[in-house]
Amino acid sequence: MIKTEQLTKTFSLGKKAQPIRAVENLNLEVEEGEVFGFLGPNGAGKTTTVRMLSSLISPTSGRAVINGFELGKDDQKIRETIGILTETPGMYDRLSADRNLNIFARLYRVKDVPGQVSKYLHMLGLWDRRFDEVGSFSKGMRQKLAIARALIHEPKILFLDEPTSSLDPEAAKMVRDFIEELKKEGRTIFLCTHNLDEADRLCQRIGIFKSHLITVNTPEALRNQLFGRQVVFHLKAVNPAWISLIKNLPFVKDANCVDNMVEVSLTDPENQNPVIVRKLVEAGADIQFVGQLRHSLEDIYIQLIHQS
Amino acid sequence: MDRIQTIIGKEWAEVFKNRLVLFTVTLLPILLTAMPLLVLNSTKGTSIPGPNTTDLTATFGSVCAGIPVQDCMQVYLANEFLLLFMILPVMIPITIAAYSIVGEKTTHSLEPLLATPITTFELLAGKTLAAVIPAIVATWGCFFIFILLLPVVGVSKAVISYITGPTWMLAVLIIGPLMAVLAVNFAVIISSRVNDPRVAEQFSVVLLLPILIVLFGQIAGIVSVNLQLVLIAIVAFILIDIGGIYLGSTLFQRETILTRWR
Repeated sequence: MIKTEQLTKTFSLGKKAQPIRAVENLNLEVEEGEVFGFLGPNGAGKTTTVRMLSSLISPTSGRAVINGFELGKDDQKIRETIGILTETPGMYDRLSADRNLNIFARLYRVKDVPGQVSKYLHMLGLWDRRFDEVGSFSKGMRQKLAIARALIHEPKILFLDEPTSSLDPEAAKMVRDFIEELKKEGRTIFLCTHNLDEADRLCQRIGIFKSHLITVNTPEALRNQLFGRQVVFHLKAVNPAWISLIKNLPFVKDANCVDNMVEVSLTDPENQNPVIVRKLVEAGADIQFVGQLRHSLEDIYIQLIHQS
Repeated sequence: MDRIQTIIGKEWAEVFKNRLVLFTVTLLPILLTAMPLLVLNSTKGTSIPGPNTTDLTATFGSVCAGIPVQDCMQVYLANEFLLLFMILPVMIPITIAAYSIVGEKTTHSLEPLLATPITTFELLAGKTLAAVIPAIVATWGCFFIFILLLPVVGVSKAVISYITGPTWMLAVLIIGPLMAVLAVNFAVIISSRVNDPRVAEQFSVVLLLPILIVLFGQIAGIVSVNLQLVLIAIVAFILIDIGGIYLGSTLFQRETILTRWR
């Protein structure tokens, strides 16, 4: 659905200043129906990437194919088939919500303009306020309207740039739930976000980006890749000898003690856990719980960004 | 064409809800139409004692050729006020374009618009027409009302036939729209550098300079508005407009707007 090859964007800042390479040799493939998370710090070039992929700005080099259309050759077609929620989605504040959507539906040459406008105003809970000036809307309502605007022409690909930033928790949840709905509809979603929990929950795959793509994988695979699979044994009390006992097992990669917990890195916990449990019980340990230690996406993100 | 119409409709719906724009588009034409009518009414019947004692400048003499001496003062005044009348096709489009372009820039509504399949030509044409059409309608409409009311305020037939003659007809009907197009492109150029519509308006006042130069030039006797000057002005404005449209459309490109506009 989205494929980039060596996509690069350089901004020249005048004759004397060094040009800035905002995006460097981006190779990426996003499948149809996938929710792809694009994570990176501020100034990493995420917005520049989205702008390139939505044919708002042209790449300096490389190529990209979006929904079968080549960037730079079929820009008009690309814009027809994508929807974009920009980082700061400005609306026409003096016009009503209905009029705002009407304008965009006409620009996209939507066949049933009133029908589509009504559909999305209902879907996003804005129907009762449809004739109110958008200037009177709360941030959450404006964001919902901006999402409706991005969807008014039923795009196959949706670019969402920080869709929940600066929203209160309730509005953010509403937006996330709506993205879940879009995911179920099978739309391809390219999600730029700083909210790692959001990315973890919504995205099938995640790309960590800082001018260049650091890594791409599923959140689970990234966890395993960076931290391995870790199991935590909660004990009633810890004897240091037990740690040595566990470390001496040939399949154990590492073992650490934190309070009355023993964190063990394993390659195949399903088969190796019972052995450890047996050994600990034989050594006299009282095991309270056994669970898988799940690193947050934040841990992964920070580690990768620092490594890069 | 439908997209251009959508943009025009959007601009009018939004911009005319702005009181400052509404004030400029309605009050300025009323003022600039009423003022010359009042002055012409108050000076009717005023005669000039003789060519040697005239208050009028020598340069203006040629304009009065063939016009009865007692009407010459009114022709002179009409020439001065009609020059002020040419402020309309400059100020109206500048105000609309400044609020429409700088406004969109500051509210961040331009990027979603640029992300639609609209071409930059359609977008620029829509914005230009949204600013130029009200200016032309106001200028032509007010000039038409002005002509209709000339007999009512007691202006003589000779003065009326001068005002409805080729000089002012060409000025209002041709130079007016050319000035409006120039004003919009100037607003586009200025809009790429400022973040406040009022600042864009202030910069654009530069466009009033040629009008003021001719106005004061006429008072000083250096220049007088005649058919030759109008024809020269038409050619000059066409050339300036071509340059303005080229520069405006160069600046009004998706990438330039998103990456270079301040």
